[in-house]
Amino acid sequence: MYDVAIIGAGIVGASVARELSRYKLNVCLIEKQNDVSEGSTKANSAIVHAGYDPEVGTDMARLNVRGCYLTEKYTKELDVSYKKIGSLVVAFSPSEMETLKELLDRGNKNGVPDLRIIGREELQKFEPNIGDTALGALYAPSAGIVGPWEFCIALTENAVVNGVKLYLSCEVIDIKKEDDVFTIYSANPSIDPIKTKYIINAAGIYSDVIMGMVGEREFKIKPRKGQYFVLDKSQGPLANHVIFQCPSELGKGILVSPTVHGNLIVGPDAEDNVEREDLSTTKERLEFVKAEAEKSIKGINYRESIRNFAGMRAQSERPDFIIEESKSVKGFINLAGIKSPGLTSAPAIAEDAVEILKNIGVKLEKKEDFNPIRHQTHFMQLTPEEKAKKIKEDPKFGRVICRCETITEGEIVEAIRRPVGAHTVDGIKRRCRPGMGRCQGGFCGPRVLEIIARELHLPLEDVMQDVDDSYILVGETKK
Amino acid sequence: MKYDLIVIGGGPAGLAAAYEAYKNGIEKILILERDKELGGILNQCIHNGFGVHSFNEELTGPEYATRYIEMLSSTNVEYKLDTMVLSISNGGEVKTVEAINTNEGYLTLDASAIILSMGCRERTRGAIQIPGERPSGIFTAGTAQRYINMEGYMVGKKVVILGSGDIGLIMARRMTLEGAEVKACVELMPYSNGLNRNIVQCLNDYNIPLLLSHTITQIIGKHRLEAVVVSEVDNDKNPIPGTEQTLECDTLLLSVGLIPENEITKNAGIDIDRRTSGPLVNEAMETNVKGIFACGNVVHVHDLVDFVSEEGGKAGRSAAKYIQHLIVEGQEVTEIKNGSRVNYTVPQQIRLENISEAQEFMFRVSNVFKDVNITVRNSEGDLIKKLRRPVVTPGEMEKIKLKKAELEQAKGSLTIALEEVV
Repeated sequence: MYDVAIIGAGIVGASVARELSRYKLNVCLIEKQNDVSEGSTKANSAIVHAGYDPEVGTDMARLNVRGCYLTEKYTKELDVSYKKIGSLVVAFSPSEMETLKELLDRGNKNGVPDLRIIGREELQKFEPNIGDTALGALYAPSAGIVGPWEFCIALTENAVVNGVKLYLSCEVIDIKKEDDVFTIYSANPSIDPIKTKYIINAAGIYSDVIMGMVGEREFKIKPRKGQYFVLDKSQGPLANHVIFQCPSELGKGILVSPTVHGNLIVGPDAEDNVEREDLSTTKERLEFVKAEAEKSIKGINYRESIRNFAGMRAQSERPDFIIEESKSVKGFINLAGIKSPGLTSAPAIAEDAVEILKNIGVKLEKKEDFNPIRHQTHFMQLTPEEKAKKIKEDPKFGRVICRCETITEGEIVEAIRRPVGAHTVDGIKRRCRPGMGRCQGGFCGPRVLEIIARELHLPLEDVMQDVDDSYILVGETKK
Repeated sequence: MKYDLIVIGGGPAGLAAAYEAYKNGIEKILILERDKELGGILNQCIHNGFGVHSFNEELTGPEYATRYIEMLSSTNVEYKLDTMVLSISNGGEVKTVEAINTNEGYLTLDASAIILSMGCRERTRGAIQIPGERPSGIFTAGTAQRYINMEGYMVGKKVVILGSGDIGLIMARRMTLEGAEVKACVELMPYSNGLNRNIVQCLNDYNIPLLLSHTITQIIGKHRLEAVVVSEVDNDKNPIPGTEQTLECDTLLLSVGLIPENEITKNAGIDIDRRTSGPLVNEAMETNVKGIFACGNVVHVHDLVDFVSEEGGKAGRSAAKYIQHLIVEGQEVTEIKNGSRVNYTVPQQIRLENISEAQEFMFRVSNVFKDVNITVRNSEGDLIKKLRRPVVTPGEMEKIKLKKAELEQAKGSLTIALEEVV
């Protein structure tokens, strides 16, 4: 019997799992996909927002500012890519300059540090490629960028190291409550029904469905889709900060930002009334993204595009995040409607979740042996001497598998053998980046697949690209 | 360890370069190859058709590579396999190459000269922004070729090919011979970029339709590819609404272009030609950094390996001359300019002092043109040379050779163009 079962291993579920692993509790984390970080966490802008956007007094405002602080702290502890590059909200008209003042005021009230409005001259110094019609910007030095799936994976790993049980490929299909005990039934026949005293619902765009399994659907998720470009590192230097446009009722507008690994990300648009599963991109929407982005940063070369993707913001019909115990089911806590700034807020949402558990009677006793630290080898960041030493210790670090990102076999094997180890080609990509570069796995894909098969003693055909059934090979050639 | 010459990449360009440098008197030569064997992409090209120009016979890719590897085995050219170059420094007389491998660890190697011959990579789905979902089953043609010919595994059963570049055409035949059904080869342009002989031997002979002026407008499939939507395009290459057809398939192969792989080059501060995506080179295949040469697909994408070897040989001879201090550092540089309907030219500049008899220029045209003149004019617009051609296409590299006496009329620049026959 678990004390707490968390449903959904995205950034919110992973943050809660790690937060709870600080305490003497029996905790499990349940994920329907074959890896963590497979939903909105792997398809978003990868921004750590400063916190001037949310309305004053909302949970979103409080959690955003706190989350921005915690993200910096946790990414250090967990060896996750994070850069505090600051953000700029750019105004293109006098009325938008007025909006900046509102944002500044709101940001100050929300407790965002060091906000200020800058004029065109300073903006141009910050961003030499800024659009010609830009008049000024709100500068937020505390904003940053992060590797979202890397963060989610690291949080999960650290939770597992500290005692959390992770169930993958465990799609929840029913939840029953009897005598204050929940029983969670999954679609996976090899996993017995899971019994727990409390449930944390962090199921993202399916959180309303999960809620509906055990009580009334107290809210409805209305996903909002957004489409993106990721461009080659040749385009990364075009922007130095996260560059937003002045917000409108459709959200924060198209942003242009470098990524933590030096690429450029451009997007997202906002599309409502979409199917939850519809993550397809469209020519029209991508053209719109391009046209809007040109206003912010001049001269982005889309011939250097390396990937398009679409992601879902898990919005509910309520304006704020939903962070509360269910009204119809005691002991069932919803962390739902986590739209932007959800990625930023997640570490703080986890603290709220713990507080709710405490308030409904869960005894929280800190573990003495909680280990907050995690390390990962980033070969190319080592000095020549360290590189030489690493190869001497393990010759696999002397073999480069991914030539675009310069990733060694040693790093790939490490990603497979880690606590929440990768077993798919994209799982490796999310952990240590082979295939993330300009050739998109054209050269390294076959070699990564071979290494996974070798390390996990699998036939080559059984290695998936990503989710279940995303097979790569169909069988041997004619003899 | 100090070498006279380090060659980065042991594919056809690098092998020919090393061999020619050796033949021209260079003693200490090292080839650095990132793969497990020499030969580069030739090793996965098990079809024949290589060597018609160099050896007057039709060889397979591995056979062609073996010819060069055997030629090198009688020399004292060294090579290191499974070795990845991380960076090169372009500082002055002594150039440094940093590399790693499993046996020796971290290597810092010095050389008087460097030849870049890293080849190219394939354009991907992301580069051409095909809309739709993101299932597995979408491969670049070369990756599929590696899985099938090197690993011995099939990538799918029902196949659509986008792009009619040579690798795509070769793979249409290869997949068919392995029992897959190739439903169509879809080409955005109104003409194929592949060699005519490949269209005949790889598509026509197997009744695979070539859909010209078509493209893929949607990818369908949540896990593995299930279908693609193919649409006809108008003259501006925009899809024409109402022409959509859905082709069920589990595999999409992309043969949509090759890009010279020049990250090491760029990081060393070597100038790149925006049109070729390769380094700017002169008559000696030398980059703007003295003593760093480049050849093969890292400079510009070739159609035939024979021409890659030829260019490699040239770079090897030039590097030998450089090491022996025989290159004349000419004061006057003649620029080669792209005239109308010419997309790029290689080399981009020449120094007349270093040309003894003649210089060949390679270039690609921007579209299919029938009955045109290839012209070379000097900086004042005077016609220096004219060649009439019944047809030119972007898919086949063009060459024009100028004698030294003709080059001497350049007066600062030469413009290569296509002009109408009048």
